[in-house]
Amino acid sequence: MSGIIGKKIGMSTVFNAEGEIVPVTVIQAGPCKVVAIRTKEKDGYEALQLGFGERKEKNITKPLSGQFKKNNLIPSKVLKEFKFVGTEFKIGDEIKVDLFAEGEKIKVKGKSKGKGFQGVMRRHGFGGVGGTTHGQSDRLRAPGSIGASSYPSRVFKGQRMAGRMGYENVTVSNLKVIKILLEQNLILVKGAVPGSINSYVELIKK
Amino acid sequence: MVDLNNILPDQIKTDIPKFASGDHIRVHVRVVEGDKERIQPFEGDVINIRGAGATKTFTVRKVTSGVGVERIFPYYSPKIAKIELLKEGDVRRAKLYYLRNLSGKAARIKSKI
Repeated sequence: MSGIIGKKIGMSTVFNAEGEIVPVTVIQAGPCKVVAIRTKEKDGYEALQLGFGERKEKNITKPLSGQFKKNNLIPSKVLKEFKFVGTEFKIGDEIKVDLFAEGEKIKVKGKSKGKGFQGVMRRHGFGGVGGTTHGQSDRLRAPGSIGASSYPSRVFKGQRMAGRMGYENVTVSNLKVIKILLEQNLILVKGAVPGSINSYVELIKK
Repeated sequence: MVDLNNILPDQIKTDIPKFASGDHIRVHVRVVEGDKERIQPFEGDVINIRGAGATKTFTVRKVTSGVGVERIFPYYSPKIAKIELLKEGDVRRAKLYYLRNLSGKAARIKSKI
């Protein structure tokens, strides 16, 4: 469950040993600093809080600023906690992409692109109502019935309807690590990863 | 800033001859059959070059027994053994899709002298 914070750079292609094209997502992963350590005695669970990127002193809250100052660290842009069981890290230690190995399968967690207010066909994959003939109009993309009449006289909770779509946490599992470029702190992962370019993602070791 | 077009510089071949849309070229493609490898040439006119870096591709069109055949190659594909530039074409466009609607004499491309 250990992991690292990254920033999505974009997609490209790589040729494999057979000369075939492999689609990859390029992620700037780390270097992350250990900002805080959660312990069983103090917090009830074990984890490391990692920081990625830099932020100006004036742009962070005073409580946060105090925590960074206590450990003589530059304030981080993104803070995330990872489990890291059975490892010995101190505050201020750097964690880099070499946490992962080439060929390994990892999880990537991110926030999907916002799609705005979407109808029921796009949001939930409904089929629409009926055809275009026999006098029917304005029903092609409609949701259809949303429940019975006098009993229960209400719409059940959780009824799928139109609304805001996207911008939610999405985890993609079993993404193969194609290449790690340690000097540039880059990791190439096969396939697509949730979120827009420049959005932050969590790379999680299985 | 990370240059997305040049993430793995080793994959960008430098020994490819310069060719453009309208040129007549022969692409030598490596074909693996079982455990044997042979070279299969594909000869035709370049009608499209697009993209940059590792994702750059080009399209070659030829007409075989009255049927138009188009093949899209990744520009830096390791499966391409060699590219021969046979004739430079004189064309006014970068994308020669109009050739698909022409046949016979009209589908010829003027060559540069």
